[in-house]
Amino acid sequence: MTEILQVAPDREELVLNMGPHHPSTHGVLRFVVHTDGEIMRKAVPDVGYLHRGLEKIAELQTYPGYMPYTDRINYLEAMFCNMAYATAVEKLLGTEIPPRAEILRVIACELNRIASHHITLGCITMDLGAFTPFVYLLREREKINDLMEALCGNRLTFNYMRIGGVSQDVDDKWLKQLETFLDHFEPVIDEFDKLISYNEILVKRMAEVAVICAEDAVGFGLVGPNLRASGVDWDVRRDLPYGAYPQMAFQVPVGIGEKGVVGDCFDRFIVRVEEMRQSCKIIRQCLSNLPEGDIKAKVPKMLKPPAGEVYSCVEGARGEMGVYLVSDGTTSPYRLKWRTGSFAGLSIIEHISRGLMIADLVAVIATLDVIAPEMDR
Amino acid sequence: MEQLSNYIADYFELSGLAREIIFAVLILVVAAVVFIVALTISGLLTLAERRVAGRIQSRVGPNRVGPLGLLQWLADGLKLIMKEDIVPAASDGPMFRLAPYLVVVGVFAAFVSVPFGQLLIAADLNVGIIYLLAITSLVTVGVLMSGWASNNKWSLLGGIRAAAQIVSYEVPSALAVLSVVLLSVTLSMSDIIAAQGSWPWAWYLFHNPFAFLAFFLYFTAAIAEGNRTPFDLPEAESELVSGYNTEYSGMRFAGFFLGEFANIYLMSAIATTLFFGGWQIPTVTPEQQAASWGLQIIGLLIFVAKASLGCFVVIWLRWTFPRLRVDQLMSVCYRYLVPLAFLCLLANAVYLLVVPAGTLIDQIIHYGTAALGGLVALIFFWRVLHHIRSVGDRLNLNVLARGKKLRFDPSIQARRYGRFRRKKFMKETN
Repeated sequence: MTEILQVAPDREELVLNMGPHHPSTHGVLRFVVHTDGEIMRKAVPDVGYLHRGLEKIAELQTYPGYMPYTDRINYLEAMFCNMAYATAVEKLLGTEIPPRAEILRVIACELNRIASHHITLGCITMDLGAFTPFVYLLREREKINDLMEALCGNRLTFNYMRIGGVSQDVDDKWLKQLETFLDHFEPVIDEFDKLISYNEILVKRMAEVAVICAEDAVGFGLVGPNLRASGVDWDVRRDLPYGAYPQMAFQVPVGIGEKGVVGDCFDRFIVRVEEMRQSCKIIRQCLSNLPEGDIKAKVPKMLKPPAGEVYSCVEGARGEMGVYLVSDGTTSPYRLKWRTGSFAGLSIIEHISRGLMIADLVAVIATLDVIAPEMDR
Repeated sequence: MEQLSNYIADYFELSGLAREIIFAVLILVVAAVVFIVALTISGLLTLAERRVAGRIQSRVGPNRVGPLGLLQWLADGLKLIMKEDIVPAASDGPMFRLAPYLVVVGVFAAFVSVPFGQLLIAADLNVGIIYLLAITSLVTVGVLMSGWASNNKWSLLGGIRAAAQIVSYEVPSALAVLSVVLLSVTLSMSDIIAAQGSWPWAWYLFHNPFAFLAFFLYFTAAIAEGNRTPFDLPEAESELVSGYNTEYSGMRFAGFFLGEFANIYLMSAIATTLFFGGWQIPTVTPEQQAASWGLQIIGLLIFVAKASLGCFVVIWLRWTFPRLRVDQLMSVCYRYLVPLAFLCLLANAVYLLVVPAGTLIDQIIHYGTAALGGLVALIFFWRVLHHIRSVGDRLNLNVLARGKKLRFDPSIQARRYGRFRRKKFMKETN
């Protein structure tokens, strides 16, 4: 860090310290920004402010006992962290999941994806100066939070999944509420498009800004919406199917450079809007064929998976969320490693920041959807 | 004001030195009154902004202090006065302390020549409009000074942005104002209003198509000069934390804040004066109005209503639009607004030369512009209404009513509704 804080030899650079406390760094995240007036020469991210040792904690916990900790990996997509961890352990154990539990998992995950994209899209618009869409999306997110609360008792850190299934069943009343919500929400996406997505200023601010080409996106290991916005058609749900996703019919939105170049900020924005529509579609399919039955497979109280290692990944709201799990045959993992989308998203910022304006950096951070706790874990 | 002074002096049959003393005292009194009025207006505007923003964002806004939250701004002001006035150790002390005064003086001094009513103008300067343009330029100095003296890189960036922005946008706004000066052949605020008619189609807004364009140029440029969204780059919260006023606290911060809001009213008032016929009452000539106190008050109300509408639009824009980037901001100014403003000025001059006032062509163009403007306004309001209707009941949709019937787990219910309701709830469920 010391060398990048030094003044450049030509003394033309202004070294700005953006963060760890800055309105648009989305959590405790720091950038050292080298600028020439308003134009950046580079922005170097500095991570580690939110490191809580969640991977080490896993080694001290029993397998089921680690589940609540996974909620804290990323507070915006706790359900996917649950899901990734649960599928990893189930893969290790070789457990079969009851079909009803699989569908419930998909419903919960897709609801969580919508809620997470609400925050992302809201933050993008807010960072670009429009505060109102953020409030509108929070209003909708509140309804999802209520649904989640009714589902599992928590609004943010769900702890809904269990190894072998889910913790709570749903009743008809909840399903009806969910359907009402979907009926209400699908027009809201159109309304959001009308309100802000194609706003001239917003398009001008995002189109052709911070273009990430497909090679770069793959090279830096971008995942999820960020990768798809660059034109790479890759979705874990479709290409490495898991859970009940093979039964679902849905499209994977890919960036097409609608207002500029493929892989610009606007593509990253609009891909997420489209994903919310697809999530609604998936949830509707789940609702129409929700089987009866158990919600949890029979697994022993004291889990002792056989020695071995496993990698399991799910498609989270920020892309592939993977768990690499090593078991030595005891009651707690030998090693657990998380692979999260935000970290990859952050790593590319230094590469693409050259020549951007300071205001563009804000748009880049927001559209790459970088969440500090997910990076540092 | 001289009239008033003379009137008092004549009434008490004073002369010589006493006259001068009366005049001097009157200056102080009027200055104090103008200051208080401007302060109240900007205070009320902060409240209006929060209430309107609340409505736009489907929430309520402050409504606790006083009826409808009308005293909220006083409470906020009191809070800011009582807060510690922090001067950062590394800052340039005197400059840091001085900067907010320049902003406040720059904006509030301009209120002196705002014609609230035909006679309700503190100083009807014969160069009124030039005075307004000149005195509000003080704000640039204050903002740049605060950005520099804070010794904070973010503030410095904000200060530089503000200076560049305000100086740039003064060009199109001044040119648009000059278009009106061409039409009215006077620089005095009162005379500009008196030169217009009282009915909407007699306003300078609809004088000819170029005057119509001039209004939009002036309004855009004025929003940019006042650092409001979509041109609020100097204090862009998500980029520069808070721009030039990051390091300020307490009353000095309030100075910037009030300055900004007073500026909104100021720009609306200038727009009202130049384009919307100011305090003119339909069917009443200025001479009749001068003779009656009642008509004066009606004129005041009309002026305030028009200016408030302008303020509302500014607030509305703020909560609708995203922010431009700094290079886009400059290109908007120099590529579009400045050439258009020059065009406006020239075209207005040519129009006055080519089309003699009162001829048939003049009348046709005049009423045609008015009809066109009315049509644009109608279409706009219809669209707004249409959107509000199309959202309509979805805003009130109570999908997940917080009633206990929809709850899944009794313990959640109990936690949300607290101890007392818990007992009742347990009773009901048992």
